[in-house]
Amino acid sequence: MAQKIIEVKDLKKYYNGGAVRALDGVTVDICKGEVIAVIGPSGGGKSTFLRSLNLLETPTSGTILVDGVEITGKKVDLPRHRQKMGMVFQHFNLFPHKSVLENLTMAPIHIKGMEKEQAEQKAMELLSRVGLADRAGAYPAQLSGGQKQRVAIVRALAMEPEVMLFDEPTSALDPEMVGEVLEVMRELAHEGMTMVIVTHEMAFAREVSSRVLFMEEGKLGEEGTPETVFSHPQSPRLQSFLKKML
Amino acid sequence: MTFINFEKMAALFLKYWDKYLIDGVGYTLALSAITVAGGVVFASLLALMKMSRIAPLRWISSAYIEIIRGTPMLLQFYFFYFGLPMLIPALNKQKFVCIAIALICNSAAYVSEVIRSGIQAVDPGQREAALSLGFSSGGAMWYVIMPQAIKNILPALGNEFIMIIKDTSLASTFFIGDLMTQYLLIKGATYLPIEPLVIAGVIYFIMTFALSKLFGRVERRMKRSDRQSETVRQRKLKREGAVA
Repeated sequence: MAQKIIEVKDLKKYYNGGAVRALDGVTVDICKGEVIAVIGPSGGGKSTFLRSLNLLETPTSGTILVDGVEITGKKVDLPRHRQKMGMVFQHFNLFPHKSVLENLTMAPIHIKGMEKEQAEQKAMELLSRVGLADRAGAYPAQLSGGQKQRVAIVRALAMEPEVMLFDEPTSALDPEMVGEVLEVMRELAHEGMTMVIVTHEMAFAREVSSRVLFMEEGKLGEEGTPETVFSHPQSPRLQSFLKKML
Repeated sequence: MTFINFEKMAALFLKYWDKYLIDGVGYTLALSAITVAGGVVFASLLALMKMSRIAPLRWISSAYIEIIRGTPMLLQFYFFYFGLPMLIPALNKQKFVCIAIALICNSAAYVSEVIRSGIQAVDPGQREAALSLGFSSGGAMWYVIMPQAIKNILPALGNEFIMIIKDTSLASTFFIGDLMTQYLLIKGATYLPIEPLVIAGVIYFIMTFALSKLFGRVERRMKRSDRQSETVRQRKLKREGAVA
């Protein structure tokens, strides 16, 4: 068995004192090198689950261990743990007041204390990897959606995370731009990056992921290899969900 | 006798121009600048307190803001004018300092709301992105949120400066030397109520109007910098050696 990076135990997130249960007891382990696709209907808790992994959402109860350290406990150096987990958002969330290059170098310089030149050199390497080296001086407002998301991905990579979390990375994109972002993610997966991807791109999930989690009503409905989940769905809920999506 | 005698006005101005322009405008602008500078610092503190996770800090800040906004400025002037020297004996007979502190305390309550709304107008996704990269709460505020919030805050701050220039006239109650104080002195010396007043009014108007035009220009320039052409920026980056 591969080394566990993230262990989630009985994770719950309630709103309004339990009236709304965004997460209702999720238990799952994520191992090094896994590419996990999280699918399911809207409002099923996918995003809340993902955002709980780096504690952008504070769970009501349950534990999350990252590299064996409980991050849900008290007195945890949260920023340190978040550095290990890169995150890509649906709406990019690039820093509009900074150039593309600065978006990439800000965190390495201010958090890791990296030298400016070294950080810029590394940023340029990352930008060339996603074909955006010539846009280094541009500002986010001057980029297309697909370019923004590619910058957002390499911005997260600049911190050399162990895990990458993707929160519906292509949902806010025009259809013709989805491909270029998925291509970057595909390459990342082939390089062995551990990834957790919340997505509605079923074909992509099937192609790239090593394991699929189906979430509904805050619970883990079904999980397995893409083959079992997509070709032999067990529960009626998953079957009807897939019928709608495919 | 006419209502306003322009010849008298001209003569008055020629005689007292230094009182108006050097003493009056000098004190008024100095007091306004001190108020804005001190007010912004105090207001930032109040705004951060009001957004704090610690409830008592929020209560203190809210109560302070409500009290200041809910009582007359002149009352606050009296309170600080008489109260501060009792608390701090060194401020005895330092009426300019007492009034400046009163103005700062007053302005901070208003400006803190400007700062708070400017900060809260920044997309919450910006904070999340900063946190996800590993920034602390303070780091996210300093490097990501504040630089964007300042663009929301600065225009309103310009207006506040103009408001304060007018508000300082109230301080003439204590004869601290501002433009309105000069009017009171000249009125007393000449027994003319209207002509010196109109001169003071024109000077106030020139100050506020010029500043509002100036701030308007700065604001437009700030907006333009958002859209600054990419080529200009790339040329700059190239000069700095960042882009090969």
